Amino acid sequence: MERTTLDLWVGAFVVGGLIALTILAFKVGNLGGYDGSEAYMVYGEFDNIGGLKIKAPIKSSGVVVGRVADIQFDNGKFRARVSMRIGKQFQFPKDTSAAILTSGLLGEQYIGLEAGGDEANLKNGDKFRLTQSAMVLEQLIGQFLFSKASEDGDKKKADGGDKKAVAQ
Amino acid sequence: MPHRKIGFGLRSIGHSLIDGVWRLGYASRFFFVTLISSGASFRRIHLTIREIYFSGVMSLIIIIVSGLFVGMVLGLQGYETLQKYGSESALGSLVALSLVRELGPVLAALLFASRAGSAITAEIGLMKATEQISAMEMMAVDPISRVVAPRFWAGVISMPLLAAMFSAIGVFGGYLVGVVLIGVDEGSFWSQMQAAVDFRQDIVNGVIKSVVFGIAVTAIALFEGYDAPPTAEGVSHATTRTVVTSALAVLALDFILTAFMFRGV
Repeated sequence: MERTTLDLWVGAFVVGGLIALTILAFKVGNLGGYDGSEAYMVYGEFDNIGGLKIKAPIKSSGVVVGRVADIQFDNGKFRARVSMRIGKQFQFPKDTSAAILTSGLLGEQYIGLEAGGDEANLKNGDKFRLTQSAMVLEQLIGQFLFSKASEDGDKKKADGGDKKAVAQ
Repeated sequence: MPHRKIGFGLRSIGHSLIDGVWRLGYASRFFFVTLISSGASFRRIHLTIREIYFSGVMSLIIIIVSGLFVGMVLGLQGYETLQKYGSESALGSLVALSLVRELGPVLAALLFASRAGSAITAEIGLMKATEQISAMEMMAVDPISRVVAPRFWAGVISMPLLAAMFSAIGVFGGYLVGVVLIGVDEGSFWSQMQAAVDFRQDIVNGVIKSVVFGIAVTAIALFEGYDAPPTAEGVSHATTRTVVTSALAVLALDFILTAFMFRGV
């Protein structure tokens, strides 16, 4: 058995196929992206997570610092419990708040972190004390209509609290 | 005599039914015998390498050219639709997801069936018609392990590689049209793509699909060739049936695999 030009072609074919797979994995897929093993887990409890999905990005100031690892329903507190995996190089103060936000009008939902002022940092297994739920369009509209109605019905005693809630 | 006609019709329906079941059983046995006697295609690897050359390397041109054009069309059509919603930056994820999940494996398998599958059927059918298969049996050479199994494994190995190349070239075609020609932002094209395409969920499932298609297409092509009546007409019919049956099998399998893989994604 000796080497033939046919072997060269087959070898080139196999190498080409493997290169294509590697391109798919690293350039097209997310294998090249951030998924280091150096990470810590924190969790937060939300009243409503909206359309948040596992693997949704966790961003702080718009930079991806981690991913949502798991979403569960806490049957004792009737709230959603979201586990987050944050890169070890990103340390946040203990009083950091987490909010579920939407990128763009129809974009995907992500968790935004707003750093606090505490001196101690979040550790593995810690919990976000301040969380803000996802905005639900129906509730927002309902709130707006309610405040509008109370405004019209009782113009003198226009309730500022409700207006503020809408503005938020 | 009407009752005689009815009897004839019933008989022909029954005949084709029994014939179909018989053929299916024969095909399954053929498939298992091929699997059992495939030791030689790895011990004498040059047999398989030769077949990879004929079915894999020779299909490269058609795969690369079609992949490029499919990707370019996806880029154009996707842009037309997405820009209505002002989200043309999602073009990258649209092109990549449709190629990696569906179009890459399916179109590569259809092209593979018509380029390599038909050739396999014609070759084995003619080998049978010219009594080369019988001659091998006379010399105590097992034609299944010498002729059939290497072609089977060559197809199974080539198919995922071809599908991966199809998808990669297609993504490049989408990039050419979307970014270079139309001017979608390059950064958001790639970053949205990487955010949307998951390695395990999308790419590995695409590879699994293409392996299954490779098995189906090659097994059908080999069986049709091996079962072909040893006449010019028989071989031509078998070749046609290979392309038709494997195209249908690929599409049906694709539906089943998609239903299992992407439920709830």
